[in-house]
Amino acid sequence: MADSEQREGMHYLESLPRRWVTLYIPLLLFLFFLLFPFYWMGLTAFKPNAELLSTEDNPFWVVAPTLEHFKKLFIDTSYPSWMWNTIIISVVSTFLSLAASVFAAYAIERLRFKGSHQIGLAIFLAYLVPPSILFIPLATMIFHLGIFDTRWALILTYPTFLIPFCTWLLMGYFRSIPFELEECALIDGATRWQILTRIVLPLAVPGLISAGIFAFTLSWNEFIYALTFVSASENKTVPVGVITELVEGDVYHWGSLMAGALVGSLPVAIMYSFFVEYYVAGMTGAVKE
Amino acid sequence: MASVNLKKVRKTFGRTEVVHGVDIDIEDGEFVVLVGPSGCGKSTLLRMIAGLEEITSGEIHIGDLLVNTVAPKQRDIAMVFQNYALYPHMTVFENMAFSMKLAGRGKREQRERVDEAARILGLEGYLDRYPRQLSGGQRQRVAMGRAIVRDPQVFLFDEPLSNLDAKLRVQMRTEIRELHQRLKTTSIYVTHDQIEAMTMADKIVVMNGGHVEQIGSPLELYDFPANLFVAGFIGSPAMNFLEGTLVTTSTGRGVRIAPDCVVSIESQQPDGHQVVLGVRPEHLVIKESHTDAGMANDTAGIEAEVIVTEPTGADTQVFCRVAGKELVAISRQRHLFSPGTRIRLEAQARHTCLFDSDTGQRL
Repeated sequence: MADSEQREGMHYLESLPRRWVTLYIPLLLFLFFLLFPFYWMGLTAFKPNAELLSTEDNPFWVVAPTLEHFKKLFIDTSYPSWMWNTIIISVVSTFLSLAASVFAAYAIERLRFKGSHQIGLAIFLAYLVPPSILFIPLATMIFHLGIFDTRWALILTYPTFLIPFCTWLLMGYFRSIPFELEECALIDGATRWQILTRIVLPLAVPGLISAGIFAFTLSWNEFIYALTFVSASENKTVPVGVITELVEGDVYHWGSLMAGALVGSLPVAIMYSFFVEYYVAGMTGAVKE
Repeated sequence: MASVNLKKVRKTFGRTEVVHGVDIDIEDGEFVVLVGPSGCGKSTLLRMIAGLEEITSGEIHIGDLLVNTVAPKQRDIAMVFQNYALYPHMTVFENMAFSMKLAGRGKREQRERVDEAARILGLEGYLDRYPRQLSGGQRQRVAMGRAIVRDPQVFLFDEPLSNLDAKLRVQMRTEIRELHQRLKTTSIYVTHDQIEAMTMADKIVVMNGGHVEQIGSPLELYDFPANLFVAGFIGSPAMNFLEGTLVTTSTGRGVRIAPDCVVSIESQQPDGHQVVLGVRPEHLVIKESHTDAGMANDTAGIEAEVIVTEPTGADTQVFCRVAGKELVAISRQRHLFSPGTRIRLEAQARHTCLFDSDTGQRL
């Protein structure tokens, strides 16, 4: 509310042409660049092959929309099981990572043990190691554990990058919770566990949600580990499945590829739209009293 | 209720010692205020009593129990924090009942005790609200309610009023005092505001740089400050200090503060002793203006030049300069001196304090 009042207050300084130049035109350009790929994806998914390959038709419109590509996707490929795999892997690895990150972040931020700062830094450094290097030793470990080509291969490797990420996000959030609340709870007779579960976690819900969304999106879109640790078609995830099974040699099944991408991005979009407010609150990290 | 005894309590953070062996005895039912400038160690001391900070050495007893290694929840204390520390996700009722809930008390007992505390504090209509829906004063009351429902041996207050506006602060001051008179629970109250200390305390502990400077009743501290620090800290406007040498003149003992100016005092100290003379503003009587006849012969007063006059309604504060130092005098009369006016001030000899120049201790 204060924000809109401020804008009202300064409004007299901005003439209409000025607003067009400084606000609307940049915004429209930005929107165009951002949304055009999605438009193209949607368009291609519904376009019959004849239109797709024709050079005479308007490439930015579809004349006779078709569900042919979706049919091919759902019936001729294992897309439903890729989807199911992706959901299971993303949800389980997100929950595992969140649970581990809550303990790690709380311990580093609030228990003030010797070397907690260094451990926080080490966790962050672990996040900086690129997956394209890390997948080689991880592959060896997965072979030895006997979980190669199973969902567990991904469920257990995704936390390697999710935990550092969530820990850092939650550390920032926990830092914004006033220390006095915990001291007060301590005097009120709460144990460490009760402080965590009854005071800190309820207050950190926005932070947990944004960490959760981020972790879910990262594991939903993950490619390298999914490509290298899984080979059977029925164990693949959506990003890998779509690329490996819908590109045959130099033949790109563009319509089905785009249909797969469209359906694959829906769950994440729905998640974001539900939690967008928490998400913003989580990123700005503030506990309002 | 219980007494609280601190024996040689020290606290070091790394290599820095912030509390240097403090001894304080607080009797059962007493309202004690720890006062001092920021960084003097008063909050650290309170947190050590609460068990939120470890004690480096020394002993703290609450009642008969040595609590050095006892967890906060087992010390049977309640603490009110500066920023209230209300749990934002709980209603007023839940905030107040939280400790009882943790202790596994029954729902009926929780309800009864919260209702009783709410009645005392005038919070009956607010039990279902969240802290964010309350004003600063109401939040402060909830924080106190949370302490009351526990019926602890000792109340600890850590600058509880410093987030309130001036008017509310005065009101809450009275409320806390009334509450203490009613519950008679031993209370330790930390503040940097000497007026809060003066108005609320049975006993004041003045701290500075991790040391206790003086312990005593408010008026004891005001009338008989042990040293320059206490003298300067307690009282508003602060006590005036004039440096000088003890002398004996034809009219009696005095302090020579300038070659031609001697202030009469009562003292047994030898002549030639370097001293600091302390006079409270209300003990400087404004005699007459320089233009009055007969003035030139009067050597009993201090000649001063008015800098500014501040009427507050009930009294008038006159800031003036004497021998290069600023003094303030308070008078019930409505003086209206213009800046630069020369006036005479007379220090009431029996109300003056003498301090040793070197040690700062009262002579």
